[in-house]
Amino acid sequence: MAKAPLHPESLVERYGPNPNYTPSGGWQKGSEAPPDHLVKTHCCFCGQQCGIQLKVRDNRVVGFEPWDEFPFNQGKLCPKGVKRYMQNEHPDRLLGPLMRASNGDFRAAPWDEALDFTAKSLRAIQEKHGKDAVAIYGGASLTSEKSYLLGKFARVALGTRHIDYNGRLCMVSAGTAYKMAFGVDRSPNPWSDIPKAQVVLVTGANVAECAPITTDYLWRMRDNGGKLIVIDPRMTPITRNADMYLPVRPGTDVALMMGLLHVVIRDGLTRPQFIADHTVGFAEVEASVREWNPRQTAELTGVPPEVIEKAARLFGGAERAIALHARGIEHQSKGVENVLSLINLCLATGNIAREGAGCMMITGQGNGQGGREHGQKCDQLPGQRSISDPAAREHVAKVWGITPEEMPQAGLSAMEIMEAIHRGEIKGLLSICFNPLVSLPDSTYIREALEKLEFFGVVDFFLSETAHHADVVLAGSLQEEEEGITCTAEGRVVHIQQAVTPPEGARNDWAIYCDLAKRLGKEKFFPYKAPREIFDELREASRGGPADYYGITYEKIDRNLGVFWPCPTEDHPGTPRLFEGGQFFHKDGKAKFIVAEYRASGDPVTEEHPIYLTTGRVVSHYLSGTQTRRIGALVDQYPEPRLEIHPRLAEAHGIANEDWVKVTTKRHQMTIQALVVKTIRPDTVFIPYHWAGLKSANQLTHRTLDPRSKIPEFKVSACRIEKTVAPPGWSKTAKTPGRSQHAPKRELRVIQ
Amino acid sequence: MFGRQFFIDPSRCIGCESCVNACAECDNHRGESMIHLDFIDRRQTTATVPFVCMHCDDPTCAQVCPADAIKKTDDGIVQSSLKPRCIACSNCVLACPFGIPKVMVRQEQMMKCDMCYDRTSVGKKPMCATVCPSQALSYVSLEEITRGRREKPTNVFYFGKQRVTTKVYMMVPGTVDAMSVDVVDYIWEDKA
Repeated sequence: MAKAPLHPESLVERYGPNPNYTPSGGWQKGSEAPPDHLVKTHCCFCGQQCGIQLKVRDNRVVGFEPWDEFPFNQGKLCPKGVKRYMQNEHPDRLLGPLMRASNGDFRAAPWDEALDFTAKSLRAIQEKHGKDAVAIYGGASLTSEKSYLLGKFARVALGTRHIDYNGRLCMVSAGTAYKMAFGVDRSPNPWSDIPKAQVVLVTGANVAECAPITTDYLWRMRDNGGKLIVIDPRMTPITRNADMYLPVRPGTDVALMMGLLHVVIRDGLTRPQFIADHTVGFAEVEASVREWNPRQTAELTGVPPEVIEKAARLFGGAERAIALHARGIEHQSKGVENVLSLINLCLATGNIAREGAGCMMITGQGNGQGGREHGQKCDQLPGQRSISDPAAREHVAKVWGITPEEMPQAGLSAMEIMEAIHRGEIKGLLSICFNPLVSLPDSTYIREALEKLEFFGVVDFFLSETAHHADVVLAGSLQEEEEGITCTAEGRVVHIQQAVTPPEGARNDWAIYCDLAKRLGKEKFFPYKAPREIFDELREASRGGPADYYGITYEKIDRNLGVFWPCPTEDHPGTPRLFEGGQFFHKDGKAKFIVAEYRASGDPVTEEHPIYLTTGRVVSHYLSGTQTRRIGALVDQYPEPRLEIHPRLAEAHGIANEDWVKVTTKRHQMTIQALVVKTIRPDTVFIPYHWAGLKSANQLTHRTLDPRSKIPEFKVSACRIEKTVAPPGWSKTAKTPGRSQHAPKRELRVIQ
Repeated sequence: MFGRQFFIDPSRCIGCESCVNACAECDNHRGESMIHLDFIDRRQTTATVPFVCMHCDDPTCAQVCPADAIKKTDDGIVQSSLKPRCIACSNCVLACPFGIPKVMVRQEQMMKCDMCYDRTSVGKKPMCATVCPSQALSYVSLEEITRGRREKPTNVFYFGKQRVTTKVYMMVPGTVDAMSVDVVDYIWEDKA
C-alpha cells in the first residue's frame, strides 16, 4: 500500500522542495572567518564532473573555490556547480528514517526499526512470491562504489534478477550502439580532441545548457579555424555561433544521417582503405542509404536539400571531424539506430580513433559513465561484462564468493519493472537516487504502479516526490559526505573526496545497504568498513573486462588528476583515446557498420494531435529537480516550466507570450505558460521536464521504448494545444529572464 | 599577474548565469551579485550579454556623484561608493551609460563590480572570468585574446556625443573600431 499520504501539501511544507537562499552560517559569516580547509573534489551534478574545491568549516560546506589546475574545466563551472554547496545544511534534509504511522502519514522512526522493517518486508515478499518479486532501483549520480555495491546487493543479498537504474533514461541508447559497433561502451576520444577537429557536428545535444563546459571546447575549435554544425529542432544557445544549422524535425534523425551518408558516398568522400582494413558491413549500409537522396531526406526531415549537401561535404571533406551527440537523438524509440547511423557516418569517413577525429557521446549524469560499468544495469556485471557470458559469471561469482549458478540472470529494465509491477509480478521495490514519478514517461501510469506495491522503500537525502509513496524512507548521504570514484563523460576516472560527514541522523548510503544485507543474513558477503574496501573489490571484479579498473587506485587518480580506463595494471598510464591504430574491441578487432532504418515514432502526429512535443532541460536544473529545485538561486533562474512555441504556431492558436496554454496528448493534459520564441521549429513545442505534479512534462509523454536499449521516447510525442486560463498553484507573474530578475528588491522608504 | 585585461564577448555568452551566481559568493558582498545578464530579446534569439563594470577612464558615475563618494584607484578600478559619503541618491545608477551601479537597499549605498580586487591583487582571475564556461568573460593578455579570435577588442564607446574609454574591453566584429549605440549612426538619412 504505497499510496501517498492524503495531504501532500503538508509533506511539501515539512520536506520541501523549499528553496534555500543562504549558505550554512548565513551570508555575512563568510568574511569573518576563513574556511578550515579546501577539499579538491568534483561537482555532484552532470557527467562533465568538473573539478571544484569545497570550502569546509566546522564539518560544514560553506562555499566553493574554483580548482584551476583540474585539466578538464580549469576552474570553469556552470551555475549548478557554483550553487551546489547550498544542499549542505539544507532545511529539507532528511535527518533520520521515516515510516508510515497508522494514519498513513510519515513518522520519524529509529534506524533499527526502519532497517528491520525493510529487510523483513522484502524477505516476506520473496518467501511468498519468489526471489524475483522484489526489484532494486539505483541511479547514475551514485559513486561507482555504491553502484557496484547495489549490483551485488541485488544479486547476492536478495538474489533477485531485477536491478536497474535511472541511467536507463540516459546513456543506454548510446551505450548499446557503441557496443554493437565498437565492442565497448565509452566515448572513444578525450575532450581535448575537440579543439583539434576541423569540423564538429553536434546533434541532439543542448551543449550550452546541459554540458556547459563543453562550450569552451567548441569555441576553441572554432578559434583554431574549425567549423561547427548544429542539428536540433531548437536553436540552442551554441547555435548562434554555428557555421551551419540543420533544424531537424523531431524523430527523423536517422533519415538525416542516412541522407548525409548518401551524399558522402555519392561524392566520393569515404575512406575506402580505412573501411577495408578496419570495418565490416559497409556494403549493406551503402545499399541502405541509396534511396536517401537529399530531396527525399529533406521531405522527411525538414532540412533543405542544399543544406544537407553542404553539411555532408563539410563533414566528409574534413581531414579530422568529430560528431558529438546526446539525448536528443537517443531519447527515441529508435535511439540506438539514430546513434548507429551517426557512427556509420563517422566510420565511412574514417573519423574514428584518431586525434581530433571521432564519434563522442556526451554522458549526462554525474556518474553516467561509471554508474553503468559495474553492475547496476539489469544485464551487466562489473567491468562492463555481460551477465549472460559464462566466463564473466564465473569471474564475478568467484570475486563475490558465490557459485555461478547462484548468480541471477539478466532482469528487467527500469521501465519494464514498472510494467511488471502493474502485472503484479514485482511486489517490492527498494530505490535510491531515482525519482521515477518525475523522470519516467506517463507519470499517471507510474503513480498507479507505485500504489500497487506491497512494499516500497527509498534511500535518499531529500524527500523526492516518488518517496511520498514510500513505506520506509532511509536518510542517506550527499555526494560530499562519502569518498568514492566516478567516471566522467570522457572516460576519466576521478576521485570524489569526503568533505564532511553526514549530519546526525543521516547515514552513509553504503553502510545502509551493508546493514540491510546483514539483516538478510548475508553479512559475510558485505564486510566493508569503508568505500575504499568496496573499490578494491570492484577493481578485482572489473579485472580483465572491457572496463578494466584493476590498475586504478585513489592515490593514482590524485597524482594524475584522473585516470582513463581501461587501466589493467598499476604501472599502466590509462587510455585517454580508444581504438588507436584501428583496433576495436570486437574479437576480430574490427568496427561494425550496422544498417539503421527509419521508423515512425511510437506516438506519431495525427489530425487530432498534429504538433510535435519534445522535452528536455534548462541550465539551472538537474534531472528531476530533487536537488536543484531546493537551491534558491537556481529556482529563481528558471522557476517554472514554460512552453517554447514559435510565433507562427502561437498566432495560429491566438496565443501571445505569457498566455496560458493547455497541451493535450493521448495520455494526459497540462496547462503551462507560453514562451513565444523564434528559436524552435513551428511544428514543434518544447517543455523542460525538471518539475513534479501538475508541472511535470512527463504527464504527457508516452511509454514506447527502444526495442534494444529500452530507453523511453521523451523527445517525440504528438500533442494539440489551445489557449486557456491560469491554473492554481503557479506564480501569478511570469518572470522575464535577465537583468530585471537580479535587480535588488526596492523597498519604498518614507523619510520623516 | 601583470598584463592581463578583462574582455567581454557577448557572442560567446550562453546565458547560463554562472557569473551572476559566482559573483554573489565574493566575501566582500556575499549574497549580492554585481553582474548583470541581459537577454537581448528572447522572442527573437537566445542572445545574451553579461555586463561587469567597464571601469571607465573618466567615470560618469563619479562625475555625477553629489557626495564625491566614487573613487578610482591608481590601477584604474572604479570602486563601490565610499560608505561614509554615499547618500544612496541613485544619481550614478541613472547616469552610468552601461547601467552598472546598483543602490543596495540593505547596505544603503551604491555597490558595483570592483573586478574582484581581492582576487586580482593576489594574482588570481576575477571570479566571474574564472567560472565562465563559454569564454564570454575572460581575463587574459591582449596578445592571447587577439591570437585566435576573429572578433577584436575595443574599449572606445560612443553614446551620442559622449566618448567613453574603458579599462574593460568588449569583443566586437573584426570590422568595427569603436562601439556606437546611437541609432543615428546607422540610419540612411544621415548617410545620404
